Amino acid sequence: MLFVTGKGGVGKTTFASALAQLSAASGKRTLVVEMDDKGALAHALHTEGVQFAEREIAPNLFAMAMNTEDSLREYIRLFVKNPLVSTFGPLAKILDFVANAAPGVKEILAVGKLCWEVRERNYDIVIVDAEATGHIVAQVDAPAILSNLVQVGVIRDQTRWMQDILHDQSATGVVVVTTPEEIPVLETIQLLDTLQSKTKVSVSAVVANRVHPDVVAGGDLAVFAGLVSSVESGMMASEPASVLRGPLRLLSIATQRRKREVGLLEQLATNAKQRGVLFMSILEIDEQEAGITSVMSSVLKDELS
Amino acid sequence: MNNLREVLQHGRLVVVCGSGGVGKTTMSASLGAFAAHAYQRRVLVLTVDPARRLADALGLESFGNAVVEVDQRLLMHNDMVPAGSMYAAMIDTKASWDELITRCAPNAEVCEKVLTNKLYKNLTERFVNSHDYIAMERLYEAQQSSKYDLVIVDTPPSRNALDVLDAPKRMKEFFASRLLRLLTSQAQSRLFSLAAKPFFIVADRILGARFLSDITEFFTLFRTMEEGFVARANEVEAVLKHQDTSFIVVTTLEPAPLRESDFLIDELRNRSFHLGSVIANRVTPAGLLRDVEDSLGSLQQAIQDPLFVQAVVGATESLEPSAEQVARVVNAVAQGSELAVKQGKVDLDRLHRLGQHCNEAGAQLYVCAVAETELKSASDLVAIGDSVEPA
Repeated sequence: MLFVTGKGGVGKTTFASALAQLSAASGKRTLVVEMDDKGALAHALHTEGVQFAEREIAPNLFAMAMNTEDSLREYIRLFVKNPLVSTFGPLAKILDFVANAAPGVKEILAVGKLCWEVRERNYDIVIVDAEATGHIVAQVDAPAILSNLVQVGVIRDQTRWMQDILHDQSATGVVVVTTPEEIPVLETIQLLDTLQSKTKVSVSAVVANRVHPDVVAGGDLAVFAGLVSSVESGMMASEPASVLRGPLRLLSIATQRRKREVGLLEQLATNAKQRGVLFMSILEIDEQEAGITSVMSSVLKDELS
Repeated sequence: MNNLREVLQHGRLVVVCGSGGVGKTTMSASLGAFAAHAYQRRVLVLTVDPARRLADALGLESFGNAVVEVDQRLLMHNDMVPAGSMYAAMIDTKASWDELITRCAPNAEVCEKVLTNKLYKNLTERFVNSHDYIAMERLYEAQQSSKYDLVIVDTPPSRNALDVLDAPKRMKEFFASRLLRLLTSQAQSRLFSLAAKPFFIVADRILGARFLSDITEFFTLFRTMEEGFVARANEVEAVLKHQDTSFIVVTTLEPAPLRESDFLIDELRNRSFHLGSVIANRVTPAGLLRDVEDSLGSLQQAIQDPLFVQAVVGATESLEPSAEQVARVVNAVAQGSELAVKQGKVDLDRLHRLGQHCNEAGAQLYVCAVAETELKSASDLVAIGDSVEPA
């Protein structure tokens, strides 16, 4: 089971979808799960109506959207085994309670459903388009958090087998997606720290998405800088300078951004390496391009092979 | 007030919205620094996740929950220190909640009990969008203070950026809810309440009676603070709708932030908040793009000419580059420019569409050019704020 997380807007849904497509195409029975019912997953997979009940949207590729109420219903059916269930009436009221008041219960219902699919071996791999960086710890660590808070009860007993799955490095991992910008990178490093120091869930990979290509690379950078300064200082004769001035100024912006990016990517790579975590970067893909998910999927395939 | 400068000059509260990664925080700080300079205002900038670079530029060791004044000398612009002043603070949810509880608790005993409750930390992190609520709470407090003329707040990164505005209403609903009544009713009478019975059967079964009683204790304590919370929620709502409050949407011209800002523009209007301005950030200056487009043809021709390359080599002789190396760099510059010009046309189109949407919504569209140098000091912020101009 892979939890794909990242700061909002870095492309984690696209990445999770691409990974799921790749995995299904390689013959693995794959379940991809959207945790926040926003419909972004359906959009990324060019399909419609992804619901709680999983549906095969392509060969070997199953998709579902998490829904706490449905999950609670299923949970009660499977575990509480209370004959009164049918008389509970609308579960919505109980859900209110679950969602608002009892810490970690909403999370555990969602994570419990995921772990259940893993335990029953219904799929070869479960890929989760998970909560954003700020909430992912509460999500993957819900069983541990809850078992500390609750002394007895059905839920407490349930947390044990869930933790066994979540804490098994060969079964569960977190993939952190980021863009090469300051705040997302800092958040990623903080998250790696938190996951490592506060939880027993391991990190599988750090992915830098939307990395820009070099405008000029290596030793050519010095020449580029030399050109810029000789145009600005008036050292260059007016004929080449006049056609180069605008383009150089424009590309200086991109070069500077790229320089910042390279620094951040190095910081990320070092951090991942120290922790023995896979690090990869994906060049920017035009969002307007049809099928960004498929494009990313083929990029991933090349990158991973 | 639809004019951004007018808002910065006379407004009392500015709420900055937009999707993550568009430079909201830097924009908030820039507008604040500019208002302190141009309009002698005492400005407080409240932020949620400031970049290291921004904290450095403001000369702050780090942003904290407490308000700090930015050193006037760091805000030099055109050789002048600002006549106004600038303050900054970060909203730390946990610390702000502790302060709020301390203030609203009816007595020291309740306060102590709540703060040490095992569930307190967990609950304040999760229920009724507590981050959002606390942001609104801090905003109100700052806005009421006579220490500042203008408060600029950059909204927390909610899944839905507008959750934050609903937070006071949610808090009121929470206190009025059946859920809270059920939880805080006497344990004894619970057993006999037919309506509550299925609810407690499930809750007891799933959570265990002990957990339920822990939760109940917490909410019973929490309920004693109802009056304070509800009154405050009402006041916050009134401030947000006040005529001296203006909303600003910040976006870049990339597809995802644009979709988000289109949504924000409509939603703010639906909820009758006052949307004053929309700022398109990191826009490549149109003049520069025109320059580049004009020289692109000649540049592409010139590259073929060995004499041109020779002249360029001559101008960088201290580096002693080979003709081949120079040709490669100039080629890359030409190719990069061609791409940038293409992108510039796409962006111009998007800007135009955004402008139309602003028109329909009665808001004014502004642009802020992409930075050509690194943000180094607070005075750069003043310059950025000054550079925001009508599209």
